[in-house]
Amino acid sequence: MSDIAQTSPATDERVKDISPLRKALIRPELGGIVGTIAVFTFFLLFAFDSGMFNAQGVINWSVVSAQFVIIAVGACLLMIAGEFDLSVGSMIGFAGMLIAIFGVTLGWPIWLAIIITFVICVAIGGLSGWIVIRTGLPSFIVTLAFLFILRGFTIFLPQIIERKTIIGGIKDAAEGDWLASAFGGKVFGGLFQWMGDAGLIATFTRGTRAGQPVVDGVPMLIIWALVLMALAHILLTKTKFGNWIFASGGDAEAARNSGVPVNKVKILMFMLTAFCATVFAVCQVMEFGSAGADRGLLKEFEAIIAVVIGGALLTGGYGSVIGAALGALIFGVVQQGLFFAGVESSLFRVFLGVILLGAVILNTYIRRIITGER
Amino acid sequence: MSEQSPIIQMQNIQKHFGSVIALAGVSVDIFPGECHCLLGDNGAGKSTFIKTMSGVHKPTHGEILFEGQPMYFADPRDAISAGIATVHQHLAMIPLMSVSRNFFMGNEPQKSLGPLKLFDHDYANRVTMEEMRKMGINLRGPDQAVGTLSGGERQTVAIARAVHFGAKVLILDEPTSALGVRQTANVLATIDKVRKQGIAVVFITHNVRHALAVGDRFTVLNRGKTLGTAKRGEITPEELQDLMAGGQELVKLESSLGGTV
Ligand SMILES: Nc1ncnc2c1ncn2[C@@H]1O[C@H](COP(=O)(O)OP(=O)(O)OP(=O)(O)O)[C@@H](O)[C@H]1O
Ligand SMILES: [Mg+2]
Repeated sequence: MSDIAQTSPATDERVKDISPLRKALIRPELGGIVGTIAVFTFFLLFAFDSGMFNAQGVINWSVVSAQFVIIAVGACLLMIAGEFDLSVGSMIGFAGMLIAIFGVTLGWPIWLAIIITFVICVAIGGLSGWIVIRTGLPSFIVTLAFLFILRGFTIFLPQIIERKTIIGGIKDAAEGDWLASAFGGKVFGGLFQWMGDAGLIATFTRGTRAGQPVVDGVPMLIIWALVLMALAHILLTKTKFGNWIFASGGDAEAARNSGVPVNKVKILMFMLTAFCATVFAVCQVMEFGSAGADRGLLKEFEAIIAVVIGGALLTGGYGSVIGAALGALIFGVVQQGLFFAGVESSLFRVFLGVILLGAVILNTYIRRIITGER
Repeated sequence: MSEQSPIIQMQNIQKHFGSVIALAGVSVDIFPGECHCLLGDNGAGKSTFIKTMSGVHKPTHGEILFEGQPMYFADPRDAISAGIATVHQHLAMIPLMSVSRNFFMGNEPQKSLGPLKLFDHDYANRVTMEEMRKMGINLRGPDQAVGTLSGGERQTVAIARAVHFGAKVLILDEPTSALGVRQTANVLATIDKVRKQGIAVVFITHNVRHALAVGDRFTVLNRGKTLGTAKRGEITPEELQDLMAGGQELVKLESSLGGTV
């Protein structure tokens, strides 16, 4: 055997030297990185004085971006595992409505309402995954059905229970609740007070809150977004389960033949997506103090667009959580930035369409280099 | 070898796909330390047969005994855990993933970092490069996507992976179909080596010379049935070739091709 296998030369004469810069650039997130730089450059140039980059402004677009990040993280791992969830938006509305019904109409403690809502929504996510696996139908169709089913219930339930489409009063019910503050609260208040005192950020000069900083802490929503993003990134790139996610989306049959429990992986990813949608819903309900039947409309598409801007392949098996988070950041910054810049909001869509197209073209080019797709 | 007991006994295996009868009752015993060649025409049912052995298909009728015990594989994972590794005809590789991620797919090595269990990429990369070098292929890097490899290189990754994980049984479904001369020689040498370590090898091929080079016993399938098993030395290459072609026509063909087949 040893005489057949020749000793190998240390370097391969059939590989061209690639410059370190090029090597560093060739990564799935490149489209997202370039898009982020482009968007920030644009707004720094054209909207710097608009208040977009003072403390209040930064928190403003960070919160919106964080909302996108939360749902994009779930959509990203699910898409890499080779499936879609079109029911994310309806799930957001449905989860919010459940919390309102449990916490306000039924008067349960909010922590209990939140936990039961999580259990129900994650179970529904698991159910749609199970149907996809069992029937072999495209997840596109199955979750489209759930889009209608969940939205229907979200409109129907409050009407028969409370005879209206919005249930309010959640702020009062959640007052002092330990779990509610994990979604609706703020952290690092002391830090911001100190920054206000030190003159680093603006403080109120009049009224009952005089002397307090204009930003009184980081909303938990942002913390959730960062934590979910970090955990999903580690799960995907650094663990055995992450390898299973890639394999399940790359070629389910090949993965199965190699011993990857593809069905389990896919169903768990559907449950994760539902979990993320529920986190979004709880944060939103705590912020607004109410649940509405029209909450979360079109969020599934925004999540999918963020994921695709971030370099994921629509057909599965390839993508990056960091990229998806950058896609979400682009989304949030553009949406809020045009508002700050005083631009007609319909231009948001034009801008978004251009970014989407540019990022996806760049991503496709990069992916071909990395994977040798033809 | 005959004093040993078989590691896998396939007893009267039938497999139906709807109205298609792919296997109509095939019985074969596989012994440790032997290279069992499975031969037969296209569509004879060879791939279907080894897929029932590796947990991909469940037999419609018939029983599989593993180490003397009735064995029921719910999915390929069970078979792999039992020490049965397979190179499928369609390789079971994910083109978008790197070589080392493919190599360890389903068997990822882990290292502990505090309470976390992480994929040990360093170990995976090292082993992948090493195993590929043993098979005579120099990878550009372990993080190269399988999609960028040539057909033969891909096949070699699949073989190296199966050799690495096939603790008791190694199933190779036409592993040399895309390989160069040197790599084919390497694969045959590897089969010989693992057989001497006491591992059972099931080797599917259409090439009589490859079969005769390493085979200890030869089972010929024809249209879902077995035409019987022959030991090395009991059968001449010409007889084997006729059996592989279903025993027909080849004689006629051969004369017109000047005996080159
Ligand atoms: N999943 C399936 N569904 C229906 N029919 C199938 C399926 N798999 C195999 N068959 C049929 O079973 C028969 C045997 O196929 P198999 O792949 O086992 O042949 P083979 O001996 O491996 O052939 P080859 O030498 O071409 O690889 C063929 O007629 C094939 O059409
Ligand atoms: Mg075959």
